[in-house]
Amino acid sequence: MWAAGPGAVRVGDTLDVSWFASPAEVAERLGASGYLADESTSTTAYLAGALEKPLLVEGPAGVGKTELAKAVSRATGADLVRLQCYEGLDEARALYEWNYKKQLLRIQASQGSDVSWADTHDDIFTDEFLLTRPLLTAIRRDRPTVLLIDEVDKTDVEVEGLLLEVLSDFQVTIPELGTLTAVRRPYVVLTSNASRELSEALKRRCLYLHLDYPDEEREREIVLSQVPDLEERVAAQLVATVSRLRDLELKKAPSIAESVDWARTLIALEIRDLDDKAVDDTLGVLLKHASDQERAVRELRLRT
Amino acid sequence: MTTASGLVERHIAFLEALRGAGLSVSLAEDLDAVAALGAVSWGDRGTVRAAYAATVVKKHSQRPTFDALFDVFFPRLVGDGVRPDADADAVPEGAVRDNGAALAEFREQLAAALADGDQETLARLAVEMVGRFGAMPGRGPGLSSWSAYTALQRVAPGELTARILRALLAQGRTEEEATRVAGRRVGAFTRSVEDEARRRIAEEKGPHHVAEVAVRPSIDRLDFTSARKADLEQMRREIYPLARRLATRLTQEHHARRRGPLDFRRTVRASISTGGVPLVTHHRPKRPHRTELVVLCDVSGSVANFAQFTLLLVFALRDQFQKVRAFTFIDHIHEVTQHFRPGADVADVMAELAASTSHAALWGRTNYGRAFTKFVEEHADALGPKSSLLILGDARSNYSDLALDRLREMERNSRHAWWLNPEHRRHWNTGDSVAGRYGEVVPMVECRNLTQLGEFVHDIL
Repeated sequence: MWAAGPGAVRVGDTLDVSWFASPAEVAERLGASGYLADESTSTTAYLAGALEKPLLVEGPAGVGKTELAKAVSRATGADLVRLQCYEGLDEARALYEWNYKKQLLRIQASQGSDVSWADTHDDIFTDEFLLTRPLLTAIRRDRPTVLLIDEVDKTDVEVEGLLLEVLSDFQVTIPELGTLTAVRRPYVVLTSNASRELSEALKRRCLYLHLDYPDEEREREIVLSQVPDLEERVAAQLVATVSRLRDLELKKAPSIAESVDWARTLIALEIRDLDDKAVDDTLGVLLKHASDQERAVRELRLRT
Repeated sequence: MTTASGLVERHIAFLEALRGAGLSVSLAEDLDAVAALGAVSWGDRGTVRAAYAATVVKKHSQRPTFDALFDVFFPRLVGDGVRPDADADAVPEGAVRDNGAALAEFREQLAAALADGDQETLARLAVEMVGRFGAMPGRGPGLSSWSAYTALQRVAPGELTARILRALLAQGRTEEEATRVAGRRVGAFTRSVEDEARRRIAEEKGPHHVAEVAVRPSIDRLDFTSARKADLEQMRREIYPLARRLATRLTQEHHARRRGPLDFRRTVRASISTGGVPLVTHHRPKRPHRTELVVLCDVSGSVANFAQFTLLLVFALRDQFQKVRAFTFIDHIHEVTQHFRPGADVADVMAELAASTSHAALWGRTNYGRAFTKFVEEHADALGPKSSLLILGDARSNYSDLALDRLREMERNSRHAWWLNPEHRRHWNTGDSVAGRYGEVVPMVECRNLTQLGEFVHDIL
């Protein structure tokens, strides 16, 4: 039972990095920073801090995955280090890179003088010539840090292997410098749209949270907190329409981000009552496929 | 220290059951779960569920399985629970609780709750329903058992659909929407009744007994042939995400393999920034190879669902192929390519396909031999040296002519040929199945669920 509570808690205390005290506190502090978390989100976010494990957040686009990381950083006053993943991302962009140009200059500058090659060699592999990229930056920081690894499913499989060392031991090995271990473990959030299955090894090292579209009540609160100018009544109509749309068989169901955009659109157009015509006119904000729009118009009987 | 409470035993039994249900829970995750449980308070069942879910369920498709097992191992309530209405306690046990009048009254309550979509009342009614109408005499004296089937047969929530529909229409919903919502609510209630019965059985016989028999496979592992109506709708919603996942994976794999010969010009240009030393080499991209696909689907009743799913998936991936042509048959061949317009609505396509089934049948009994013969006569031009042939069907011939020669001819004329069979391999060659004989001509692959279908489509691309 050594892995359970006592040991982990003591380490946390000495370093003074308890992120949150309880799931209820997570919900409260995230709420104060403008992110309304439901029970499973706040519990999982609390566990990620308490167990010091990376948090893998999966779900459809636009449900607030990235926003969760930003909210944690806002709520705890930690700085956010972001690694945006894309196809072709490699070690040099994610971890670190030697500054070749500067090294070349250094070598050329020392050629005339009588500095020995050994000295030059030792000199060009020091901190001065190291370009740290997000992963290494996050590990070397001594202040509280939230590391956001965004859209991790967009990378190639090799990058996942690279993440393993960082995420399980919070250390990076640079052959010329040795192994750099985290001064202070960052709060790591990985997001994924599940456009491909991530490897078992990566998932095993993370806590997992699936974010989905919220229920009407919560979505109304979110929309109102993001767009305070919106009238309660219109917000209720808006959320009801969005949840009816999500019931349809659409290619891309409207996300929370799109509901918020829609609310802003209604404000900008000064629409006070969301009738069928108003919905029809502004449907483009919610649905981005022609066939989805046709279906919505037909099924909700918008044009009679 | 916790041995006395039995919590560790229950935890381990729970993880064992999860593993048995196909979730790969490693030892590391087991320890994480224990650490997580140590870090949260146990006052709230939702928190415990969230802590378990965060540490042991790493795939969203496995979540329903997890929830079902969690409900069995950590039940919401014990026995009848605390009955909220005082009247029920006043009624003597067993006497008046179950008779015609009680049933009628209960159905009234249920219809009202379903029409309102009141989740709390529905959950309470599900508990009450199994307790009152689902009790069965047990095997021995003093033992009782519970049956969701009996309860559902007697209360028959499905028959209430029309009433719910009227109520929803009165709330100002359109007809299609009302039908869908009513169907979903009745489906959800049916499921919660089943969960409740499972909970009660688990209470009496131990969770193990239930975990082994009663948990349904997750949607991507559910057999096409044993799917219910609600499952089919859910599967249809899975097709588009599945296609997108496959397309991403294929693009990535193609990119990984696309390094062609050295691009000298770009390599030299790039070397300028490193003082003329070519640190990074650049290569020309390779031209991707795209196949033409010809799909022949058996759309007779038994395998129609399977054919529809495969067609939808293939067409969702159409940009990965150079050209796709689709034909349906029962005993006659009919081309359906024109129904799959780019960007067309999935539900519409399904409706059109169902309507066009009549063109594929003259007599209405599957006849592979006749369909193949007609195909060779009328659409021989569809097959060429660049095209791959895909046949979907259960190879149940109704003891008619097999036309093996025609199939051999089709196989010879195309670059590759496969036969996808939605039946379990152990049912092949039983009854009128001629899987073995067709399998000699065209390699036959078992394809029973979305996972297998996805894997197959990925492999042929």
